[in-house]
Amino acid sequence: MDQNVENHERLEKLEGIGCSRKRREDPRFIQGKGNYVDDIKLPGMLFAVMVRSPYAHAKIKSIDTTKAKAHPGVHAVLTADDLKPLKLHWMPTLAGDVQAVLADGYVSFQNQEVAFVVADDRYVAADAAELVEVDYEELPVVVDPFKALLPDAPVIRPDLDGKNVGAHGARKHHNHIFNWQIGDKDKTDRAFSDAEVTVAQDMHYPRVHPCPLETCGSVASYDAIRGDLTVWITSQAPHVVRTVVGLLSSIPESKIRIISPDIGGGFGNKVGVYPGYVCAIVASIVLGRPVKWIESRSENLTTTAFARDYWMSGELAADKSGKIKALRVNVTADHGAFDACADPTKWPAGMFHVCTGSYDIPNAHVSVDGVYTNKFPGGVSYRCSFRVTEAVYLVERMIDVLAQKLNIDKAEIRKRNFIKYEQFPYLTPLGLEFDSGNYMPALEKVLEAVDYNALRAEQAQKRADPTCPTLMGIGITTFTEIVGAGPSKSCDILGIGMFDSCEIRVHPDGSAIARMGTISQGQGHQTTYAQIIASESGIAASQIAVEEGDTSTAPYGLGTYGSRSTPVAGAAVARASRKIREKARKIAAHLLEVSPDDLEFDLDQFKVKGDPAKAKTMKEIAWAAYNNVPDGMEMGLEAVDYYDPPNFTFPFGAYLCVVDVHKKTGETKVRRFYALDDCGTRINPMIIEGQIHGGLTEGFAVAMGQELPYDEQGNVLGGTLMDYFLPTSMETPHWETDFTVTPSPHHPIGAKGVAESPHVGSIPCFSNAMVDAFAHLGTTHFNMPYNSYRVWQHAKSLGL
Amino acid sequence: MIPSPFEYHAPTALPDVIALLSQYGDEAKLLAGGHSLLPMMKLRFAAPGHLIDLRKVAELKGISVVGSQLHIGAMTTENELIFSKLVAEHLPLLAEVARQIADPQVRYKGTIGGDISHGDPGNDHPAVMMAMDATFVLTGANGERLVKATEFFHGMYDTALTPGEVMTQIRIPIPAAGTGSSYAKLKRKTGDYATAAAAVVIRLQAGLCTQARIALTNVGPTALFAGDAAASLIGKPIDDVTITQAANLAMAICEPAPDLRGDEAYKTAMAGQMVERALRLAVAHVK
Repeated sequence: MDQNVENHERLEKLEGIGCSRKRREDPRFIQGKGNYVDDIKLPGMLFAVMVRSPYAHAKIKSIDTTKAKAHPGVHAVLTADDLKPLKLHWMPTLAGDVQAVLADGYVSFQNQEVAFVVADDRYVAADAAELVEVDYEELPVVVDPFKALLPDAPVIRPDLDGKNVGAHGARKHHNHIFNWQIGDKDKTDRAFSDAEVTVAQDMHYPRVHPCPLETCGSVASYDAIRGDLTVWITSQAPHVVRTVVGLLSSIPESKIRIISPDIGGGFGNKVGVYPGYVCAIVASIVLGRPVKWIESRSENLTTTAFARDYWMSGELAADKSGKIKALRVNVTADHGAFDACADPTKWPAGMFHVCTGSYDIPNAHVSVDGVYTNKFPGGVSYRCSFRVTEAVYLVERMIDVLAQKLNIDKAEIRKRNFIKYEQFPYLTPLGLEFDSGNYMPALEKVLEAVDYNALRAEQAQKRADPTCPTLMGIGITTFTEIVGAGPSKSCDILGIGMFDSCEIRVHPDGSAIARMGTISQGQGHQTTYAQIIASESGIAASQIAVEEGDTSTAPYGLGTYGSRSTPVAGAAVARASRKIREKARKIAAHLLEVSPDDLEFDLDQFKVKGDPAKAKTMKEIAWAAYNNVPDGMEMGLEAVDYYDPPNFTFPFGAYLCVVDVHKKTGETKVRRFYALDDCGTRINPMIIEGQIHGGLTEGFAVAMGQELPYDEQGNVLGGTLMDYFLPTSMETPHWETDFTVTPSPHHPIGAKGVAESPHVGSIPCFSNAMVDAFAHLGTTHFNMPYNSYRVWQHAKSLGL
Repeated sequence: MIPSPFEYHAPTALPDVIALLSQYGDEAKLLAGGHSLLPMMKLRFAAPGHLIDLRKVAELKGISVVGSQLHIGAMTTENELIFSKLVAEHLPLLAEVARQIADPQVRYKGTIGGDISHGDPGNDHPAVMMAMDATFVLTGANGERLVKATEFFHGMYDTALTPGEVMTQIRIPIPAAGTGSSYAKLKRKTGDYATAAAAVVIRLQAGLCTQARIALTNVGPTALFAGDAAASLIGKPIDDVTITQAANLAMAICEPAPDLRGDEAYKTAMAGQMVERALRLAVAHVK
């Protein structure tokens, strides 16, 4: 056979990095054979539902569970009083605060957990929940974070009375959580005083919800004889859950098994620990039977982990040519009734300080105030790294505001401010080291692909025609993400460094099993991790089983969120594979009776340099690992790697969006969306494209429709899918995708992570397009979401 | 999302339905597809003790031409309207509106009679029935009676149906030559109720409008019959001037309830926009 053809066949069989391998997960999902938490059925299992508060702020005068307990089929009704002896009526949050597991004398948001009813099945439980009688005394409600900071604002957290210092420093008001600052304030203020031009813009990033298709839930099963606790749970971080459960319950982690089975989407919603999980565990321990708790859709949308709700004031100082001299940002962050943000411990505003973006801005200062309101807790990262969507939104909006002020084209002003290729690694004024980037070619490629000049010409023509029924807007973003949290020197959760892990065992027949500390929720880990191992170790991807999510078998890891699986666990996968390869090299040398240095690795075999006929395949080496290894070598072929990344990774992209807005109805058509992403080395281009389509669609949803508004009484409006916008294929625009490749210099295979870029990058792109549609009428900003109603109101306010 | 306990009945003949209705009275609700009723039951906004499923009553199904009318069984599903050759030939507006209701799954279950009888101003068929001058056959223990669509809707969830009655058939006159029709619906997303929608049926003869009927969805406690708006078109060409005038007259009768879809001003303005859009489409549809 021709040597090239043979090599090509071997390469194809390997299905390594760069191959658009079909997702190994899909056959079971598309045939309805997935195994989600609600599919778990155990002998004797009971079902629980939460009794929730109808009020946003109220004192609980009494709870009478008599009738509910007497209802046939009811096994237990838990309240805070039942959890108190176990000290489980409150639990710590990931943000250093505490959260009521079941309301302890008062409720501070609508739908707060008040009682937990355990019954034979979910029908009985739902009937009995209606029989729990709670006597509430309503209290004044505050849902606006600015009003919450007024001197006479209602006290949302009486349990914090007298505590003037929180987890992140001094609290200046009874509803204040923290003030966090970064950057050189004096230098930044001076740059503003000296500036030729300054612009300022207020913007609200509304409260939204990740809304995964599968809601949260768990099945807790305590074995009183063995003293073992097993919990099936919708978690993006099962090992962290095990540690938290161990801390709360005093059960050693060795007796706790947390299993994340198939997870139907997470997007940040499934990072935290929720009261329902804790109550299910307590109920199982108390009753000695497995207990299942599954959220309804409305419970998911109104109680477990919202995202965003940032009120941001941005300012830019620049010279007349549009060169930016300084960025100043003040944020009022509405965290709801308990601070349950999911951020690394030291970073109460996450990685918000990536807000200088892709631009060479010499001075910057950021100040963020966290505030309590009578709204449900959360503040998670919805398909983004910690608070990065907010940060990118701010800078990508501000640079457009500056462009409009100076009458500079919105593409041109970006080019004038880009960090240049030769400036990398680039230290930002807020202390981050951007590892790599190449922004100019990315933007130029996009502008050429869409014929930007022609689009601007068309827009000018339409603006000049008063009979044109639509307004045309063009949005551009050139964003930089920060993902792959993170280096343990700066990132931990509950004191545990944010490393991740991989363990690989090669079997005698040359097939292998690999386990990681991450957990796929749709990302396709089973597929892509196997490709990394294939390229790095020479074992065909089809011969590799990838397992995650069971803490009793997988090595400890911090989980999957913030696009960290590829940057962190993916690196551990590559390094563990290389350990396998190096041991294999020694075995091959032994078998071929040459020195290891005389061998070269060739796809799936080691061959003798200069004598390629003499070779041993990985399959042959694997067999020998169990019967014929060199003297002094341990048998077997296994490797473990715990990877603590030296830095974050910084994926970037250039996006362009064209919208047509109907002047009389506010209806908006996204005519074109062109997304160029650079995620470094591309492991599986097909999965990347799928991730980008998904992220763009969620970005479209956020920009054009998603929000969880509140009325003055603290009722959450829009807590069902009738109002909360989940786009279908009918609404979703057509996506055009493109890429450049700028590998990460510090990642073992140069990969950076991709799933969140399209969400982070697209939302400001939609905003920029919508504002651009009205820019000639003096608009510099109006807030999301751009549903027809809001757009019509804006058009009306301009006299259209 | 778990309903209160209820008893389920699935009669196979109309007299059995009537008997069950008289037996259980207020305790009973008719199940005619269930895409409005079941969500209300799951949210426990509705808790009927007895559900009478009409799915197995064969005489409530079917579409036929009788004289100059199309007769449609009340339990005909939205998809059966969409796929019906008789509907496509004689009443294309009916298929056009059905295609704009919810999503394919709902349209396989939801029925025209259920949509109308529910009395929800957000449902799409009521305005279309008014615009098409439909008549409903209501059957009870004392036999059948006929009620015009324009007289059927009394208020939110309140119709001419009396306890013990069931809507059995919808009768719609087949339009004369020169008629065009359309349904323009503004909605936030697939599956949503209309923010505002307009149903229009017009007849053009020698370039002038000789007949017109206009009705509006979800901008009042019931579907609204915009008689003045329609009358303003008679004897005139349908052009920018008359379209704007008709839209303004239609807006004048709107009294929408504010919600997340919009406030009163927006919904009223959108009713006008939808009347304009539907009129232009109806002119294009004239045959």
